[in-house]
Parts: sequence; structure tokens; C-alpha cells
Amino acid sequence: MQFPFLTVITFAPIAAAVILFMMQEDSDLDPATDAEQIATLRMGYRTIAAAATFVSLLLGLFVYFGVNQAIGAGDTAQFFFEDGRWAWVPQIGIGYHMGVDGISAPMILLTGLASFTGVLISWRVDDRPREFFAFFLLLVAGVYGVFAALDVFLLFFFYELSIFPMYILIATWGWKVTREYGAMKLTLYILIGSILALVGVIAMYFLAVAAGIENMSFDLADFIRARDAGVYDQVVELPFNLGLATFARLWFPVIFIGFGILAGIFPFHNWSPDGHVAAPTAVSMIHAGVLMKLGAYSALRVGVMLLPEGARVHLPWIVLLALVNVVYGSLIAMVQRDFKYVIGFSSVSHMGLVSMGWATMNVTGMTGAGLQMFSHGVMTALFFATVGMVYDRAHTRDIPSLGGFWHKMPTVALAFIVGGLVSMGMPGLSGFVAEFPIFVGLWQASQTVTLGNGQIASYYALIAILAVVGIIVTAAYILRVVQRVFFGEFDEEKWHGEISDVTTLDKVAMGILAFWLILVGVYPAIMQPMVTHGVEPIARLLGGA
Amino acid sequence: MTLAWLVFLIPVPPLIAFFAILLFTRRSRFLSDLIAVSAILLTWVFAIIVLIGAFSNPHLGENPIEASLVWLPLGPSLESSLRMGVLVDPLGAVMLFFVPLTASMIFIYSTGYMDSGSYWTEVKNAELPPADAVVDSAGRTLVKFDASAWKARFMAFIALFAAAMLILSVADNLLLLFVGWELMGFCSYALIGFWHNRVYPDQPGRITPVGGGIKAFMTTRVADVVMLLGIAWLYSFTGTLNFREILYNEATLAALEMSAFPNIAALGGLTVAGAVGLLIFAGTVGKSAQFPLHTWLPDAMEGPTPVSAMIHAATMVSAGIYLILRMFPLLSVGWDGDVFTLPMQVIATVGAFTALFAATIALAQRDIKKVLAYSTISQLGYMVAAVGIGAYVAAAFHLMTHAIFKALLFMGSGSVIHAVDHGEEHAKEHGAAHVPHGHSFPLDFDAQDMFNMGGLWKRVPVTAWTFLIGGLALSGFPLITAGFWSKDEILADAYAHAPGIFIVLAVAALLTAFYTMRLIGLTFAGSPRTAAAEEAEQTDLRMNLPLVVLAVFAIIAGYVGVHEDFPLLGRLLGGNPFHRFVSGTLLEHPETLPFDFVPLLISIAIAMLGLFVGWLVYVRKPLEAGQPDPLKRALGPVYTLLENKYYIDELYDLIFVRPSIWLAEKVVYQLIDRGIIDGFLHFVARAAEWIAFRHKDFDTQIINEGTDNLVEGFGEMSDSFKYIQSGRIQQYLAVAVAGLLMLVGVFVWSLFIR
Repeated sequence: MQFPFLTVITFAPIAAAVILFMMQEDSDLDPATDAEQIATLRMGYRTIAAAATFVSLLLGLFVYFGVNQAIGAGDTAQFFFEDGRWAWVPQIGIGYHMGVDGISAPMILLTGLASFTGVLISWRVDDRPREFFAFFLLLVAGVYGVFAALDVFLLFFFYELSIFPMYILIATWGWKVTREYGAMKLTLYILIGSILALVGVIAMYFLAVAAGIENMSFDLADFIRARDAGVYDQVVELPFNLGLATFARLWFPVIFIGFGILAGIFPFHNWSPDGHVAAPTAVSMIHAGVLMKLGAYSALRVGVMLLPEGARVHLPWIVLLALVNVVYGSLIAMVQRDFKYVIGFSSVSHMGLVSMGWATMNVTGMTGAGLQMFSHGVMTALFFATVGMVYDRAHTRDIPSLGGFWHKMPTVALAFIVGGLVSMGMPGLSGFVAEFPIFVGLWQASQTVTLGNGQIASYYALIAILAVVGIIVTAAYILRVVQRVFFGEFDEEKWHGEISDVTTLDKVAMGILAFWLILVGVYPAIMQPMVTHGVEPIARLLGGA
Repeated sequence: MTLAWLVFLIPVPPLIAFFAILLFTRRSRFLSDLIAVSAILLTWVFAIIVLIGAFSNPHLGENPIEASLVWLPLGPSLESSLRMGVLVDPLGAVMLFFVPLTASMIFIYSTGYMDSGSYWTEVKNAELPPADAVVDSAGRTLVKFDASAWKARFMAFIALFAAAMLILSVADNLLLLFVGWELMGFCSYALIGFWHNRVYPDQPGRITPVGGGIKAFMTTRVADVVMLLGIAWLYSFTGTLNFREILYNEATLAALEMSAFPNIAALGGLTVAGAVGLLIFAGTVGKSAQFPLHTWLPDAMEGPTPVSAMIHAATMVSAGIYLILRMFPLLSVGWDGDVFTLPMQVIATVGAFTALFAATIALAQRDIKKVLAYSTISQLGYMVAAVGIGAYVAAAFHLMTHAIFKALLFMGSGSVIHAVDHGEEHAKEHGAAHVPHGHSFPLDFDAQDMFNMGGLWKRVPVTAWTFLIGGLALSGFPLITAGFWSKDEILADAYAHAPGIFIVLAVAALLTAFYTMRLIGLTFAGSPRTAAAEEAEQTDLRMNLPLVVLAVFAIIAGYVGVHEDFPLLGRLLGGNPFHRFVSGTLLEHPETLPFDFVPLLISIAIAMLGLFVGWLVYVRKPLEAGQPDPLKRALGPVYTLLENKYYIDELYDLIFVRPSIWLAEKVVYQLIDRGIIDGFLHFVARAAEWIAFRHKDFDTQIINEGTDNLVEGFGEMSDSFKYIQSGRIQQYLAVAVAGLLMLVGVFVWSLFIR
């Protein structure tokens, strides 16, 4: 048997969290007398968290390059590094099955990057660090699990596992002003979304059972079997005597939007900026950088891949929601006074491009969306890291009151500019490599995709043209922040010399993230072929391969 | 082929210089200068070697120098992957001739120009201002700031910029071209806003370098994204972005011509080639500052003058023209030499209009660099119009000569500004005794204002002579200047193919000659109008040498493109080698027009007339200090309109900038996002909360109290029950019997009666 890479990647953070919970609590000690011991303990917590995320990151890199090489060598398997297919609750067909394809392998890597750098920049958390890191690790484990799960029920299990620590992290360690509101809003939105999707998946399961699919389970392979047997093209009666439709058409929007909520799809995006802003820095990084991809990824994996017939019908209008995301998010980002809200709304805008890429339903556009997930994830993690570093020192995120931070923290400014250039889609950086295929995909789709029995055609071209507005406005809000926060004169007296440069660990964290943005931008062949390999079978189902 | 790999190396030295300076030699101005200048000179050597190879190949068009690597393997097969590579065909060779040449000169010039650079900057927290601080009329505390310490950074960015332009010049595909294109956009933002803390005393509303940089970046960005759409579409249609595969390939071009834009009625009749062509042309409108996106270029003059010479004369704005020249086969597909295609019509109209429009604005500018800026816009309009009427070679020719003489003019103006600025410092040191006309050193003394100059001919002779040569080239002074030959070729082509365009361009040429003479007259003629002009001194060798070199090229560069039938000169100069060389770029070699005396004479007459009138007004009777512009009297309110650039900036602010901010803030954010979406959400939350509270009320009032009552009732009931438990056997028995009877009754009822 092969070494269970994905299982270890997922469970290493959980194991570390368990160890943390078993360790002595630093608040039991008296800071006056046991200061040294407290410091040692805290160093222990951090080291454990860093070690666990680092192990996962290394193994994730191994998995990533393993998949990369296998695909490069022409391996035609869809999934790699499969673990398990062990029964878990065999009575209702729930099993444990892990594996990755060309889409999720970059996501595993992304999670590793964001979580490890997240721990690094949280080095100075001194409010109950033991619990902070423990919950953070649980969150990370949940995220890994979703990307690695090949059993749909397992996917849901990890999905929910990541929401619960998220709530606690935001509500406890978040920004005091809005943390309860933000945490509650986020949790409710995501829970409702995931429950919608779960209902849909259970319906899919029972339909397959009723249709007599043998040995039906929640395993993805069994769902694929059911799909290929035409189970989801069965005609079902719509509620309220609305007539008849195929099962796929009826349930696709429920599942896609259900997951799409976590990807911030309009008009259900509203939790995300509030949640990002309320969260502590490392959690914002995971939250915007990785968690939103859970939604986009699951929407593809469960929604589009299992109900392609529904996707063909519904994605042509869902693309309009994505368009709204792109333009709307960027416009709002342009007028924010709060630095962190700018980035929060920029995520709404960029995630719109991911949904848009899925909605092109062809290999090129979907490849772009896959790359955009990675690119945006790393970029946003970098953004939130820089915002956090500025906020930690200035204690304000009000853009007009900042200025000249270049002089005090040049590395942060540079990192933000790299992120900003990615965000604008500058060629030579990963953002361009992601956005260009999305636009090519939109043009291709304009020749093939129609809406409403073919009456409305070619409108994808219009979508491409309108989405450009979002790209332009992106440049405006990025420049505005760069100019107002980092450039200009630094006001020495206002900050009373409190603004110091960031620590070496912070620089390392930013360096790791920026490295990947540049690497993928300069040499996209390191990621693009595997994403293409991953989306190709799905695009084929949609008629776009 | 080894030469192709040398082409890959062309952009590398400046790129290395950028990193080397930023990372290692930032602190040493001398080392940074050395690195930057040697890098660009090395690039120039590479370029010359490649050019020798290119010129010695008589069939460069068919067999260009090219090589490529796989970059983004999009799509199912390796054939459809995006490759990154280099290409030197005749058009590329033209770029490789003038880009390294002008860039090298500008680098050398920068080492001198950026050695000093002081301007006013605002002091924050003015409670304890420095001793030499002053307060301007807007109430800001200002202090002179010396930015020469940033020179190394400047050299780094200009090196990066040069690398970007070289990448663009040697790119073999649209995507790599776009890489260079965008990199230049970013560098221009950094370079225009280089003096980022500069403010102008007494002029709080005036645009600052930072503002100019943002404006340049944002305006060109709008165009770039539209262009990117075109590139994406082209790729989705052809599956490649390689220039040769698309543009040197009849089958692809024919396919592009035959396909109509699918199903959008409003765009009916447009072929894919036409639509893509127009989208790509949008990139040119932005980068080459064509109407209506021209507004950034004058404000980009806020950057240091070498930047203006580099970005706004020699390279970046030229890139826009290069783009449409490159894409010419696509733009002109279906053109049979008779009816212009739709993109060509649009291009010709935009170009001709811009040429005239910008020339009129240039008439009424006070700032020496602004005149040159509008002149650049106007000259770029010439080239755009030339492409639009199919004068392919003429456009390339003018692109080359203009890059040279406009770089010369910008550097000359920088030299003048430098001299006047230093003259101002000297005059101050010497004290008020030397100040003529009661001049009192106002804070807002503007070293770029031509009305503060005059009489510089004797003060800065090298600058003056070279500037004169550049100016004559710009106005098309016959026979001895490069500008004459290239401009004449455009006019001759327009005369033959598009009379309407010809008239517009001819009028623009007249204005060009006039404002050039105005520029020269106001700057150099007569006697100094300020103390600063009086004290101005010629700059040093580093700034003079490039002027002289470019002045030589501004004369001789035109002789490569003299029409073969031009009397005497045509044969003597090899019968138009430029045309023969460049036409090889196209699949179908464009023919030279038959030689025609009419446009030639018109062109000569116009240039001479404009120069003569300018001489009459500004040189024969030089302006005295305090005297208004004679043109103001002649033109009246039109002058004000021109001076304010037709109020286009104000108009754009009113119809684009403000509404979009308002829309974003009030409608999208506050109304939709926070109002409707969050409002609905909060309503649901409140409603749920309300229902929950009602439940709670129900719970406390009905259930709780009810239960309490119930419990109490039970209590009372059991109280009453205690009487049952009396201890008397008979009573128990009676109850038991009664119970039994009841059970029997129920039993009987349920078994039989039901």
C-alpha cells in the first residue's frame, strides 16, 4: 500500500490540535512569577502549529509535484494519491476515500501555503495562543479534508468541520467591533448554503438507490456511475404543479448556489467582506484565501461534475451573477475607507471570475478558473497578511489616516504591490495567467453557449466586455491603496515612532506567497497542464472539450 | 540559428541592471549610473549585431530571425499552446534600430539630468517647521527638497522600462508584446510619479507628479484591458497569437475576414477581423494618446524630463503605433487598395482628428513640455492616420524619425529647464541687485514656463542649435531634416488615397510649423525675461552629447527613405532603401506611389509658411517681459479655449469620474449592498428575533404560567385527594369497585358495542 499522503496531510493538523489541547494552559500560570515558563509554553504552541502545517505543506508539495509529473508523463487517471475506500458507516454507504485530481492538487498546495504562512504571521498572538492555534489547525484540517475527499459525505463532513472552528476563531480573536456580527453572519450563510447542498446530495443518493444502482454509496465514483447511467436525467415533477423537469435541472441550482454561497456568489456574497474584516489576520488569510475556494471547488465537484445536464441549462444564467460579482465587488472596493474592506470586496470581485470561468463550460475558461482559485488564494492571503501587519502597528485601517508606510515597512509595501499587480492581472504574474484563459474561454463560449432554447446567443461576448469594467476598477482601487497607504509622506509625529518594520518571520511568510505568484506567472506550465487535465473530463460532460 | 538566441538577450542587460541597482548599488549613484549605462550600451551592441544580420538578409520578410519556447500550454494539444519567442523581421529591425539608440542617449542624458532635482514639498505637522520653510498662499508649509539622492532608483526604473520596450520590440506574439506593454505601463506610473512628494506652491489645484502617474496608468489601463479582450478573442478564434502564424498566413487572415461577428445585431456587418482589429486599436488609442484617451499624456509631463523623452517620445507612445503596424494585415484584411476596411476608416479618422486637434492645443500652451506633449499627440495622430490610409511604410518611417527628433526636443527642453532652474538658484544667490524688472522670486516660479525664458540662444548654445534642428525636423523643413521626408511621404500617400485626410493633415502641418517656431522664439529669441533666464548656463557633457548625437540622426535618418523618383536625390540615396526593406514585412509588398510634385510642393509651402509666420510673430519681434502672448490678442476667446485644452479634463471628470464614484458609493455600496441585501438580511434576522421573542413570551406567559397554574392545580387537586386517603377500608373498597365497573364498562363497550 502506498503511503497515505492525503490522510497524513489532513490529520497532521488535527493531531497537532489534540496535542495542543492536552498541553498545559499558559493562563493557568501567574504571569508575575512564571513569565519564563509562559514564554516557553507559548513557544511550544507555536512550534507545534508551525511544524504541523509545515509537514502538511511539504507533503502537499510532494503530492502537487507527484500529480504534476504523472500528468506530464501522460497518465490518464483522473485521480491520484488515492487513500482508503474504507467503510465508515456502511449501512448508508458512507466511506472514507481520499484522492486528488488536477484541480484539487493546487488547492492542497494553496492550503499548505496559506496555513503555514498564517501560523508564521500569527507568531505574536498572545491572547490564549493555545486555543487559537488549536482551532486554527482544526480549520486547516477541515479545509484539507474537503479538497482531498472523494466521498461526497466525507466532503460535507470536512466542510462543516471547517466552519465550526471558524466561528470560534472569529468570535473570540476577531476585531472587537464586529466580530460577533461577522462570525454569526458568516456561519449562518455557510451553514444554510451547505444544508441546501446536502439536501440535494442526499436526494441524489436516494434517487440512485431507487433507480437500482447497485452498491450505491456516497463515494464520488458511485455518483459518477449513477450519472453515467442517466439517473439524474430522469424526469421529476416540479413542486407547485410547475410541470416537469429532469432531476438535474431541478437540483443543480440548489447545489451550485448552495456551495456558491461560500464562493461569495452574488447576491449571497455579503457574509464575506464582513467575515474577512472581523477575522484575525491568519484566519482572514485562510478564510478569503482558501475557504472561499471550498465553495467554488465543491460547486464544481458536486454540482457541475455530477449534474452536467443541469449545469448546461443553468450556468448560462449563473454567469450573469458572476458578472455582477466582478463589477459590483470592484466598485464597492473602490469606495471603501477601511483598508481591510477593500481587500474583502476585492475577493468578491475575483471570485466572480472563478464562477465565470466555470460558467464558460469549456476547457480554456475552466482552466482559467482553476488557476484563478490558486492565484487569488495566494494573492489574498498575501493581501490580508499585509493588511494585518499595517493594522498591528498603526491600530487603524482607515485609509485616509494612513500614509507613507513604505518608509517604515518597505517589504510589506513591496508585497502589497506584488499582490496588487496580480490583482490587476499584470502579465508575468499569476493573475494574468488565470484571467487571460477565462476571457479566451468567454469568447469561445460566445460561439457555443445559448440561453432559453437558443434564442439568446453570443451574449458571453457581452459578458466578457462588461467584465472588463471590473478589471479596470481593480486597477483604480489597488492604486488608491498603494498611493494612500504606502506612498506619500510618513507622518512621524502622528505615529510617535510606533511603526516598526515587520519581523523576519513576517518577511519569510510574504516571501513564500509572493514567490508562488511570480513563479506561476512566469512559468505557468508548472500548474496549467494539471488544471487542464482536471477540468477536461468535466468540460467534456458540458460539451466544451 | 544563433542570431535568434542573441535576440533573446537584447532585453536582458537592462533587466539585470534593474535588479542589480535595486538590490545592490542603490546607495551608490556612480555605480548605478555605470551599471545602467553599460547595460543599455551592451543592449545596443547586441541590437547592432542582430541588425547587421538582418540587413544582410535580402529575404528577411520571408525568413525572419525567430525562435520560441513553450510557455502556456493551453488547450488540448501542444500546437495550440502559447509560445514565447522572439522575432526580428523588417519592422522589428526598424524598432531595434531606433529604440536602443534613443534609449542609450536618454540613459546618458539621465545621468546628468538626475544629478540634481530640487522642488517644493509639503511639510507634515507644521508645528515645528524647518528654518527654511515657507508658507504658500494655500496655507501649506513648504520646504525645498533635494531628490537627487533617489537617482539610483530612477536609473533602475528607467532600465526596467527600457527592458520592457525591448521585450515588446522583439516579441513574436501578441502575448509577449502585451507583457512588455503592461510592464511599460507600470514603469511609466512609477517614473511619472517619481518625484512623488512634489507640490506646486500657490497652485493647490495643479496636478502633481503622483496625480499624473495615476492618470497615465489608469487611462492607458482602460485601453489595455479592451485590447486584452481583443487578444483573447483573436486567440479563441485562431488558437495562436504568433504574429507570423496569423499575419503572415493567408489562410488565417481569410478565415478572419470571412467570419462575421456572431448574432449580435448591433454589430452586424463586422467581421471578426474587424472587431478584433478595433479592440486592439483601442490599445493604441490609450498608449499612443489618441483622442479621446489623450488626456494623460500632457499630465504625464509631471515626470522628470528624461522620462518624457523616453516614454512620451521615443518608446512607449511609439509602441502603440508599432502595434497597429504589426497588426496591419489584420486591420486591412479585405482592403484591395480602394475601399478602406472599417477598422482602417476608424483609425484614419481618429488619427487625423487627433493630429489636428492636438496641434491646435499646442498653439496656446505656456509650458515648454506641454507644447511638446501636444505636439507628440499630434505627430502620433499622423502615424495613426497613415496606418489608417494604408501608408504602411510611411507610418513606420515617421515612427522612426519622430522618435529620434522628439527625443531630441524633449531632452533639449529638459536642458533648457535645467538651465533656467539653476539660473534661478544662481540669481537668488547673487541677490536682488542682479534682478531686472523688479523680479521678486515668487514661490511659484516655473522653470518650464516659456514666458519666463527668452534670450537663451546665447546662454545655452548647444541646446539651442540642437533644439533648432529638432524643431525644424518636427515642422518638416524641406530637404535637410528627417521629419520632412517622413511627413512628406504620409502627405503624399494621403493626397493619393484620401483627400479629406490630406487636408486635415496639411492644416495640422501648418500649425505644427507655427507652434514650433513659437516654441523656439519664446525660448531662445530676444533677451531674457527673468533673472533666471539671464543666469542660465549650458549643461554639461553628459547632457550635451546625446543632444548632438540625436541631432545628427535627426538630419540623416531621413535620407534612407527618399522616394526613388525624387529629383536628383532619389537615385543618389539608393532609391528608397527603407521602403524596399520594410515592405518585406507584409505578405503582399506595398508598392511605392508614383512620384507626385503636387503634395510635395504643398508640403514644402505649408512648412515654410508656418515657420515664416512664427518667425514674424515670435522671433523678429521677440516678446518682452510681462507682455502677453500676441496670439492671445489674435485669437481672443478661442485662445482661452485652447489654453484649457477644450476643457476635456473637466468634462471627463464630470461625466466619468464623478458619476462612477457616486454610483459605486451611493448606489452599489450603500443602496444595494448595505441597504437592500444587508437590509433584507437584517430584516430576516430581526423578524426571526421577533418571532423568537414572541415564542419566549408564549413560553413565559402561556407555557410557563400555564404550567405553573397546572402544577398549582395539581397541588390543589392532590390536596383535595388527601380526603380520599382517609384510612377507611369501606371507602377504598367502594372506589375499587367503582373503578372495576368502569373498566368492565370500557371493556364491554370496546368489544361489543363498537
